[in-house]
Amino acid sequence: MADHDDEAPATGSAVEKSEPQKISAGTAVIPTDPFENPGEPPHRLRITDKDPAEEKKAARQVSTLFFLSIIFSCLAVAAYIAFPIKEGDTGSIRLNNLFLGLGIALGLLSIGIGAVHWSKTLMPAQEITEMRHLTKGSDATRAKAAEVFELGNKESGFGRRSLIRNSLIGAMVAFVLPGVVIFRDLGPKVDPNVVLRHTLWKKGMHLTIDPTGTRIKASDVTLGSAFHVIPESLLKSDDLLEEKAKAAVLLMRLNPDDLHEPKGRENWQYNGIVAYSKICTHVGCPVALYEQQTHHLLCPCHQSTFDVTENCKVIFGPASRPLPQLPITVDADGYLVAQSDFHEPVGPSFWERDR
Amino acid sequence: MGAAANYIDERTSISGLVKEVGRKIFPDHWSFMLGEVALYSFVVILLSGTFLTFFFQPSMAEVTYQGSYVPLKGIDMSAAMQSTLNISFDIRGGLLFRQIHHWAALLFIAAIGLHMLRIYFTGAFRKPRELNWFIGFVLFILALAEGFTGYSLPDDLLSGNGLRIIDGMVKGIPVIGVWISYLLFGGEFPGTAIVSRLYSLHIMLLPALLIAMLGAHLLLLVINKHTQWAGPGKTNDNVVGVPVMPVFAAKAGGFFFIVFGVIVLIASLFTINPIWNYGPYDPSPVSAGTQPDWYIGFADGALRLAPPHWEVVWGGYTVSFNILVPIVVLVGLLGTVAFYPFIEGWITGDKREHHILDRPRNAPTRTAVGAALMTLYAALWGAASSDLMATHFKLSIDQVIHVMQFLTVIGPFIAFWITKRVCLGLQKKDREIALHGHESGRIVRLPGGEYIEVHTPLTEYERWTLVSFNEYEPLMVRPNERGVVTPLERIRASISGFFFEDRISPVTKAEIEASHHESHGAIEEGSGGH
Ligand code: HEM
Ligand code: FES
Repeated sequence: MADHDDEAPATGSAVEKSEPQKISAGTAVIPTDPFENPGEPPHRLRITDKDPAEEKKAARQVSTLFFLSIIFSCLAVAAYIAFPIKEGDTGSIRLNNLFLGLGIALGLLSIGIGAVHWSKTLMPAQEITEMRHLTKGSDATRAKAAEVFELGNKESGFGRRSLIRNSLIGAMVAFVLPGVVIFRDLGPKVDPNVVLRHTLWKKGMHLTIDPTGTRIKASDVTLGSAFHVIPESLLKSDDLLEEKAKAAVLLMRLNPDDLHEPKGRENWQYNGIVAYSKICTHVGCPVALYEQQTHHLLCPCHQSTFDVTENCKVIFGPASRPLPQLPITVDADGYLVAQSDFHEPVGPSFWERDR
Repeated sequence: MGAAANYIDERTSISGLVKEVGRKIFPDHWSFMLGEVALYSFVVILLSGTFLTFFFQPSMAEVTYQGSYVPLKGIDMSAAMQSTLNISFDIRGGLLFRQIHHWAALLFIAAIGLHMLRIYFTGAFRKPRELNWFIGFVLFILALAEGFTGYSLPDDLLSGNGLRIIDGMVKGIPVIGVWISYLLFGGEFPGTAIVSRLYSLHIMLLPALLIAMLGAHLLLLVINKHTQWAGPGKTNDNVVGVPVMPVFAAKAGGFFFIVFGVIVLIASLFTINPIWNYGPYDPSPVSAGTQPDWYIGFADGALRLAPPHWEVVWGGYTVSFNILVPIVVLVGLLGTVAFYPFIEGWITGDKREHHILDRPRNAPTRTAVGAALMTLYAALWGAASSDLMATHFKLSIDQVIHVMQFLTVIGPFIAFWITKRVCLGLQKKDREIALHGHESGRIVRLPGGEYIEVHTPLTEYERWTLVSFNEYEPLMVRPNERGVVTPLERIRASISGFFFEDRISPVTKAEIEASHHESHGAIEEGSGGH
């Protein structure tokens, strides 16, 4: 920008003048008899420009605002001390927040309003006109720049010595590679496609209540009730959240006549008690809203709805797949246990899910 | 010159910069302050965020909460969540600074959005500012990324759920999705790494990129000089306004304190993100009716609108169109925004610099396209509240989703059509006013018995504002040097036709003169402006 000032403004500043256009206007319509720009309307004086008393008043207001700001900032410091936080008393936090905040806010606002008032009433209001120039450098500057590049090319031989150039380009690509590869260990060594297929559930694992971990007696599951369930071994797991994110289950008891199981899964339920993965097959939120009357499960995130009587198939919403079913039965004492792990990966679909 | 100034200049040559920039002219208009609001809220974000880093622990190590907030005492949670609770309940002013930070972030993104709309609808992105538009777009994306990473740091129930949705979306990406998720979370979701990784991004990488981009954005602003509204005395060759020193500096500096003050005021009065009500993250509890921060809504809404069963298995591989299609729609929307200036420039072929802003009505198709994109955004955003709408209006969720699906597909077309008609209507009205003056509301009876309304003629200043705007014609396809019409040129011509077929030309001098010879020209008040 700096060197524009030394040039005659004629260099390409003719964008809107009626001189012949050097720059393509594309499909723009150029008027043949353009209107004349009437120029700036006459400047109007403000009251503070005309009346010295008003000017004094405005000056007083500005300094008063700045003084007020000092006071508010001091009050904020005082509030910090005067409103301590008392343990267990949420009211004390509210007061601390309120008065400290008000002090700071009013201190800032007074500075801001004062400065704007100052500029609007006391600083010159007359607008100033400055010329623009085409953004590109002048022809001479551009020629110089081109010359610099040419010289650089000539002196280094970048264009001429193709072996040097091409091997350099190769090196520039290659030197990035380690920087990409090094990110491999962001994740563990095992293949995610393997771990995603397994959960803590296995043959004989007790179904227990989330979050206490107490076992569930089949006879305690009354008709129409629903339980949030975790595998018994979860609470002892080292990877509690990761395992829970896959193994969480919803347990419901329906009238056995209402259940329409597909072939081969008739004995995955026990006396109308069914267990389904709680992890939405859309993008993985907990599907946790059970409507007793309709036997629908609703995911709160994007409202996918699953019909428990139809093996949890999707009846609404963006999900595609039924919730996976956990085959269950009872142990010798009548407590609910899993027959096995899920027979398919739980949660959101992924590329190799059906391999 | 003061001794200190001399000391510095002898070592830095700073006088050159002061000479160059100190009296630079800035045009004044309320809409030019939107970018400033974004800038100032970003400064507030940096200040309040730095305070938070002194106390926040970006660790997912499990701890048992023992702080002052009684209802959560004894509960297991991550160190991140615990330290966030400590900031809120054990550090004086901690809650205030958390709330300042969060409110400032919301204002930041809102201001960027409005700033972007103002640039778009006034055509401020035209040559030579296309690159600055693109830099601005990158800033917008960085701001969204800052917002999302920050939202995820406290490791509370809502932020964990948000991350889980991201995890699910990422897994839906063909071929590499599972691996991206696995590397991102350092293993299976949620793992113990994500908070500290997002923290590095949130406080280091993203702010550094933001500041660098912002520097480029403002540097280009100074090089290009600010645009101005059409008006008497303003041309494409000048810039009319106030100088940086002292008027603009005082106004802008004052405005910074006002923005800062308003944010602190809001933070002291209104709670935001009360994580103590949500509790620590747990993959299992219900979270009905919870909403992401508003700026993520459009993405969440897009996910909700996919119809059921949009998933296929091809050759044993699973392709989740219920996730891919929303992602493609979002990328398409953002991509159109990112490259719009280049598209419009290609269509008009106009290589001139433009420093005078368009009134939105004077670029009807551009304005209508903007309205259509805004409608698409709004429909997606609205869809993110489908459950709240359903409960509020006592509708079934199915009905609400179907309405939103309809609005997403059809709404943009309706918005386009209405906006274009409105713009053309306003342009016609402008023409009327430019030709015949303002309606004065005074009816007089002509000697012949006819009633007419008296029109007050325009001053030449008023007229200039109405008649000085750009007009484009549809492109005529012409064969190139080799005598062929390329397919690309055909496409360009048809888009150009779409843009400029319906148009209202600015009033010409000849038309004004003609209008003065019309019969009732005789009873205009005064003598007209020239
Ligand atoms: C971090 C976010 C951003 C900040 C802090 C910011 C800041 C600013 C400021 C202070 C100005 C001058 C005042 C004004 O015209 O409003 C400006 C101008 C501009 N901004 Fe931004 N901006 C941001 C994002 C964007 C975005 C998202 C876009 C568009 C995609 C954009 C495009 C522009 C353009 C083209 C100008 C020149 C306007 C003119 O000369 O009329 N900016 N920006
Ligand atoms: S995660 Fe359940 S509907 Fe999206």
